[in-house]
Amino acid sequence: MSEKSHIDQVSGVETTGHEWDGIRELNNPLPRWWLWIFYATIVYSIGYMIWFPAIPLLNGNTPGLSGETNRGKLQAELAAVAQEREAITAQISASSLEEIRDNPELQRFAAASGSSLFKVNCSQCHGSGAQGGPGYPNLNDDDWIWGGSLEAIHQTIAHGVRFEEDDDTRFGEMPAFGRDELLERDEMTQTAEFVLKLSGQSHDPAAAEAGQVLFEENCAACHGEAGGGDVEAGAPALNDTLWLYGGAKDQILAQLNQPKHGVMPAWQQRLGEVAVKELAIYVHSLGGGQ
Amino acid sequence: MKSGFLTLLIAALAVIALGAIARSSDPLLVQQAYIVGAVLVLALLFAVRGTAKELANDTLARSGWQGVSAKNKPLWVDEKYNDTIVRYGVVAIVFWGVVGLLVGVVVALQMAWPQFNIEPWLSFGRLRPLHTSAVIFAFGGNALLTTSFYVVQRTTGARLFGGALPWFVFWGYQFFLLLAASGYVVGITQGREYAEPEWYTDIWITIVWVAYLLVFLGTLFKRKEPHIYVANWFYLAFIVTVAMLHLVNNLAVPVSLTGIKSYSAFSGVQDALVQWWYGHNAVGFFLTAGFLGMMYYFVPKQAGRPVYSYRLSIIHFWALIFLYIWAGPHHLHYTALPDWAQTLGMVFSIMLWMPSWGGMVNGLMTLSGAWHKLRTDPILRMFVLAIAFYGMSTFEGPVMSIKSVNALSHYTDWTIGHVHSGALGWVGMISFAAVYYLTPRLWRRSSLYSTRLVNWHLWLATLGIVIYASVMWVAGITQGLMWREYDPQGFLVNSFIDTVSALHPEYVMRVAGGALYLLGALLMAFNVYKTIRGGAWDRKAESDPTPTRDAEQAGASAAPAGTAATA
Repeated sequence: MSEKSHIDQVSGVETTGHEWDGIRELNNPLPRWWLWIFYATIVYSIGYMIWFPAIPLLNGNTPGLSGETNRGKLQAELAAVAQEREAITAQISASSLEEIRDNPELQRFAAASGSSLFKVNCSQCHGSGAQGGPGYPNLNDDDWIWGGSLEAIHQTIAHGVRFEEDDDTRFGEMPAFGRDELLERDEMTQTAEFVLKLSGQSHDPAAAEAGQVLFEENCAACHGEAGGGDVEAGAPALNDTLWLYGGAKDQILAQLNQPKHGVMPAWQQRLGEVAVKELAIYVHSLGGGQ
Repeated sequence: MKSGFLTLLIAALAVIALGAIARSSDPLLVQQAYIVGAVLVLALLFAVRGTAKELANDTLARSGWQGVSAKNKPLWVDEKYNDTIVRYGVVAIVFWGVVGLLVGVVVALQMAWPQFNIEPWLSFGRLRPLHTSAVIFAFGGNALLTTSFYVVQRTTGARLFGGALPWFVFWGYQFFLLLAASGYVVGITQGREYAEPEWYTDIWITIVWVAYLLVFLGTLFKRKEPHIYVANWFYLAFIVTVAMLHLVNNLAVPVSLTGIKSYSAFSGVQDALVQWWYGHNAVGFFLTAGFLGMMYYFVPKQAGRPVYSYRLSIIHFWALIFLYIWAGPHHLHYTALPDWAQTLGMVFSIMLWMPSWGGMVNGLMTLSGAWHKLRTDPILRMFVLAIAFYGMSTFEGPVMSIKSVNALSHYTDWTIGHVHSGALGWVGMISFAAVYYLTPRLWRRSSLYSTRLVNWHLWLATLGIVIYASVMWVAGITQGLMWREYDPQGFLVNSFIDTVSALHPEYVMRVAGGALYLLGALLMAFNVYKTIRGGAWDRKAESDPTPTRDAEQAGASAAPAGTAATA
């Protein structure tokens, strides 16, 4: 460690004279380009702070010459879109579902809007292609639990299914035949065999025959004698290959024993009347609409 | 004495863990206590053995090491500085580095294939903070602790201050890591990014950190040099600021003194702002300032050249620490945070560009007159690459803080890519290079076991980073563009899950990039292990003035051979 000046042999530059564990420091000036860019960023920042809201004051903050704010900008954009759509939205609001469906311009707009609403609000359960999943119905087919007409779809979306906060919600519950001891264990097996028969799957013919009697007594009131289902009661058709909770024997038995009952929220309150109409048009247009 | 102290400490902590198991009504705390207790029992076995060895050594030391050959003498005998703690630290860096990177690869796998989630302990939500804490605080933290202890002793000419206090810092810090990690897997979290540990872990690390500050300041105070070297400014800035950030961000009220849960002193947008003031400065002062301290010592040493500009080091140091602390709000662009705060967060980030680059300029220009060494010295090459990645990510950072860029990049994988080009490129590379620098010196070997393996590590890591960062850029920009895609009528085009499915190829490639980086770190672990055990595989010409044990060993083993020949 010495304070006297020392010249680095390689660069010919003077060092500061200090040395720590063999490390010295050259006394080079700040690189010019470095300094000028640093100044430029400071000048830019000052300009930015003059142009935009920047300095907090006792009440509020400096608005900046532009007066631009996040919320202001967003509101302006939303207002511009709303204005652009004002006329067509008013038409949708005033038209019945059938009128919207039969007017190509309205139909196109409503389906496009419904598609976008679906992506944000419905795809989490029904899938981004409305293909559904275990416990969540596929909306592309013509197997409708609560009905596939425009009105029925609209009703389901607007008020939901088993959604207690909405007085007009769709409601239907299958009894828990096993848990509540409405059927014996072997009776449930027989019923399940009959359901397998209804849906055209391999089954035990003797058991299914016994199961038919049980089915007619216990299930046919809602599901229909031929298992065609009933959209008024929300009773799914059992005579096809489309299943909400699975069509294997153990899955049918599980549903007989202690049924699962899915819930769908009511959307009218949250999204508004026009949005629900648009969603109904979109879902109806997916391919299975009746 | 030190090991005895440690044994008592571990025993006391084990009793506390037992108490938690016996008395706590909180099931998570009990689960955590079981994990911590199990590790402590293992540690206790080693500590007892260490104490026995130390007592034996004390007896030998009193006898002046009579009858003990040079090779069997403990390394610390007659050492001017406390390098034993640095040796422990190097092992900790390597261990936690491998653990942190391994967990990183696992969470990357979970992102690509959700089947890799093992509920509940090893699910993504719990392993993610384990990964971030393991690489930042365990790997990075140990790298900072260890190198700061090494550097401050050599640049002050003074032995570490505080007797057993540095050991309390070292083991206390490892215990903090154990508390944090065991908490994450059982589900204990404050839900604050990079500050997940709950209140009792926060209190413990505060105590350890104050001890660290005392050790560092005490050593600076004892210094034999009139001036404080620039590396130590950075280390000190890191220690002091991290203490402040930690204290403010973790102000919370525990629900009960025997339970894990606490509630933050802040709420709403104030809480978010405090969290990101902390979060951003964890990057600024932990991962930038601290590692710049490392750079300012190891790069001139390895290059054998003076630091390029003393004036630049002063200006960029003060500019960096003044500007960094204001930049946090850029994490909250387009949120409930008031516009004026967003403006300030952005402009301070932009002004931060050159102060950050000051470190890069000073580091790279230090090589002037030594560039030819890059051809033969992969360790120096690693330092240079680290500085290059530092420069890249400290340019990318200000760019991403610009609001209109942030509107696209925020919440996307671009941010993840940015963080990793900094973490893998800068923090990881410079720490690996420091480990390679330190290992032969600390264990007095003439060279590393293998310099070629260092080169392999370097290229595997570089390739890994390049893959990782570039696929995350692609992923992030894809994601950002898909989120904001509207059709001509102004309707949203993609659902969120569409944007997730679209990124599957990038997520798979990220696993590959991370795995390459992990592979490099495993090579390092092997190389360090073999170097410590002694013996070089390929001795490239590497002149190191430190006296080596290898030579002594060679001399010692030559003698019996000669005796045999005469007989």
